[in-house]
Order: sequence, then C-alpha cells, then structure tokens
Amino acid sequence: MITMAWLYALAGLMFAGFALLSAADRSNRRRFGNAAFWGLMALSLLAGDRIGDFGNGLLVLGLAAIGGFNLLGRGTPSTTSDAEREGWSARLGNRLFLPALIIPAVALAGTLLTAYTPVGTLGLFEPKRETYVFLVLGVLIALAVIHAWLRAPASAPLQEGRRLIDSIGWAAVLPQMLAALGAVFAAAGVGEIVGEATRAVIPEGSVFLTVAVYAIGMAVFTMIMGNAFAAFPVLAAGIGVPLLIQQYDGQPAVIGAIGMLAGFCGTLMTPMAANFNLVPAALLDLKDQYGVIRAQVATALPLLLVNLALIYWLAFP
Amino acid sequence: MNYWPLLGILLVVGGFALRLNPMLVVTAAALATGLLGGLDPVAVVSTFGKAFNDNRIIAVVWLVLPVIGLLERYGLQQRAAALIRGMQGATTGRLLLLYLVYRQVTAAVGLHSTAGHPQTVRPLVAPMALAAAEQQWGPLDPAVADRVKSMAAATDNVGLFFGEDVFVAIGSIVLIQQTLATYGYALAPFELAIWAIPTAIAAFVVHGSRMLWFDRQLGRARP
Repeated sequence: MITMAWLYALAGLMFAGFALLSAADRSNRRRFGNAAFWGLMALSLLAGDRIGDFGNGLLVLGLAAIGGFNLLGRGTPSTTSDAEREGWSARLGNRLFLPALIIPAVALAGTLLTAYTPVGTLGLFEPKRETYVFLVLGVLIALAVIHAWLRAPASAPLQEGRRLIDSIGWAAVLPQMLAALGAVFAAAGVGEIVGEATRAVIPEGSVFLTVAVYAIGMAVFTMIMGNAFAAFPVLAAGIGVPLLIQQYDGQPAVIGAIGMLAGFCGTLMTPMAANFNLVPAALLDLKDQYGVIRAQVATALPLLLVNLALIYWLAFP
Repeated sequence: MNYWPLLGILLVVGGFALRLNPMLVVTAAALATGLLGGLDPVAVVSTFGKAFNDNRIIAVVWLVLPVIGLLERYGLQQRAAALIRGMQGATTGRLLLLYLVYRQVTAAVGLHSTAGHPQTVRPLVAPMALAAAEQQWGPLDPAVADRVKSMAAATDNVGLFFGEDVFVAIGSIVLIQQTLATYGYALAPFELAIWAIPTAIAAFVVHGSRMLWFDRQLGRARP
C-alpha cells in the first residue's frame, strides 16, 4: 500500500537535494544557512518518526533559529532569462499549458477512479490520502513528460525547484510551525479559557446576540489559532451546543455548518493562516507580506455578517 | 482556572502586529504558552516537535515546485500572459471572476487539489491578471501590480474556502459531524454540506462584485 511515508520520503529527498545544491551555490553568501535549513526539513521528512518527540522539537528550534535570525539567503540557480522565456513561449505556444494540466488531470482521474470504481477497494493507497498520492503521481508524470519533450539538463527540476523554495524562504515552513503552535495552545488549555470567556460576555435571553457572539467568536478565535478546525470544538462546547441548540432549540446542522463558515471568514483575515495568506505573498513577491490579507478583508467582513444572519434565520425558523 | 497561557496569544498578536519575524514569534509563543500552562521545558519542546512531525503532510505540497519551476523556465508565465493579450474583452476583474467560479465549483465536487497558490496562482492566474490589467491600462505602477497579484491570491482562497464545504467528504464537514455526535446529535455529512450552499452563493456575490468593481478601481489608479 502506498502510504504517506512514501510521499514524505520523496519530499525529503527533494529537500535534501535543495540542501546540497544550496551548499554548492557560491553566489549566496548565506549558502550554509540555506543548506542547514533545507537539510533539517529533509531530516524531518525522512526520519521524523525515528528521532522522537524531543528530537523533533530540537529540529523545529533549529529551523526557527535559522529562519528567525536571518541566516537564510537566496540562491541563484541557473535558469533562463526573461528574453529566453519569451522566445520559448512564442516557440512552444499554448502546448506549454499541457504539462501544467497533467497534475490536476491525474488528481481528477485518480479521485474518480478510487471513488467510483473497484480500484478504491483494492487497498492500494492509504485511505483518505488518495488525493496526495495522485497529486505526487501527477508531479512525477509531468516531470517525465517535460523531460522527454524539452530535454532540460538533469539538474534542472531540482535547481528550478530550489529557485522557488528560496524565494519562499522560511515562509515555506511556517504553516507547519503554526499547526504545532495550535497543538501547544490546546495542551496548555487555551481552548477552555476562551470558551469560558465567550460564555461570560453573552447576555441572557437574547437569541440574536448569542448567535452574534457565536459567529464573531468563531471568526476571532480562528484568527488567533489560524485555523477554524481548532476554533470549532471550543465554540461548539461553549455556545453552540449548550445555548443555541439546547437552550434555544436551534437546528444543529445549520449551527454546525454555518458556524464553521463564519470561522473561515476569520481565516481570511489572519497572518496565523500562513499557508493561505503569507506563503502566497512570498510566492508572488509582494512587498507587503500582509497584502493578501488586505485584499481579503473587504470580502471577509460582509461575509461574516451574512453568516451571522443566515444562522439566525435558518437555525431558528 | 489558569489564565496565564493567554499571554502566549498576546505574544502572537503583538509579534505579528509589530511585524517581527514570524518564526521567532511562533516559537516564543509556543514555549511561553507551554511553560505558563504548567508543562516542563522538555515536555513543551516535545509537544511542539510532535505536532510539527504530525503535520508533515503540509510539506508534501512543495513537491509541485520542480514542475512549476521547470515550466517557468520555458516561459509558462509569459505564455499565460500572451494568451490573455490575445483575448478580446479580457479584464482583470472578469478573469478573476471566472477563476472564482472554477475554484468554487471544483472545490465543491472534491477537486480542491487541482488548484492552489503554487500550482495555479503563481504560474498562471497572477500573470494572466497582470497581463489583462496592462492590456487595458498600460504599464502598471509596482504598487498597483502588487494589488492585482494580491487579488489573484485572495480569489483562490475565497473560492476554496466557500466551495469545499459543499463537498461531503471534506475534513471540516467530518469535524463538525464528529463534534456534534459527541453531544448526541447524529447528522449525515450531506445534511451539513447543503447548509454550506447559501454561504457559497453569498461568497460568490460579494467577492465576484468586488472583482468587477476592481476593474473600475484599476481604471482610476491609472497614472
């Protein structure tokens, strides 16, 4: 059975490649910082299950020190110039889109195949992780096709990958760090404290205000935790179930489903949701690391009000 | 109740507000929260490390970078821009509106991994949105170009968040179902997913009209 461990190993080898190429890149004054940073990522992906929890903790502290104290530089892998790229684009035409479509096409075919045919029952892939397996399969097929078609140098996939990962820098690891922070928050009992605090501000007897505290609380607590998944159980335990469902007879399905979506409005407004908000800012070379959040606030706030109103109308007909 | 762990939240909020390096902010907040929550130092580092290891799935997505980088080497961004320049009536707002529809619809049928910031926004959507803006208004001021790119990323997020919950087999639906089940409310995923539809429509209306409005703002930003 193909499990996540295979994919971690493959990703680990890729990061190990980034580390080695970084160490050899004399154009980067901080090349050993880059090599150490991507090397630690490789270690985590290749051996994370064997170095123990404390070992992983030290590894994370190492990543934080390198990323946090500015020891990462930016390599200059050999690539094509803008003029050369215009030339290739004109020569290859729209056929250039085809390899880019391989990844989604394989993901689509794989998802359909496992969901609607007996292939899904053969136990070939780790359950619920099929999407990732097919995403990576798509990557491998795309690399093979591009290599057969354009005959790039053998080092090109890793060098071009390194160019992108260096442009993202430590932001590439931040989402995982934030997920880990969420776990520490949970272990220290932050959830219960927030649940109690929200209960304390609710006025007795007003369904509307209770809904408002629930919806806005979901958004705010999601902003703090960076993830609506962490906020939902807390707000459900604090307000959703005891007050909205049990005391005021609201519909559980509406309160659950739309409450979660109110949390998603919070995800749009917080740097804690790094993979959605900070990583793209790095990927797109934005000057303002909060540029994506700025672009989202005017969608998120009206939508939060809509969710609040929807819970009020649909859960209490 | 021990309220000291809240200081960790304060550290995070303050650190992000002051734009300190997030790697340091997050690490400091994790260590402080754990210690104030009564864990010993080794347990704090171990909890942090275990959770990092449990979330390695996030790093798997970076496997797409070699493909994207390789295609950029052969001019994918330039090609995406050329395609838009060849279209009549293409504007940044209309293009992003179309991408919003694509993202919401594919996410709603479970194909959320067919797009994303590394896979589609950087190599395709952002260069297309920029090309459409330049085609219509001429060379862009760097600040305006950054706004166009931000809008492209924002559209991906909005489409994903408010499309995926319509699909029954997504993590958040499972989480809602399991949480409510612990209180004795047994709900089928389908019963939850249909209630994601009103918000999905509202998200399309709100963000879609913003995108069309964005075209006008771009016109006004013209030097």
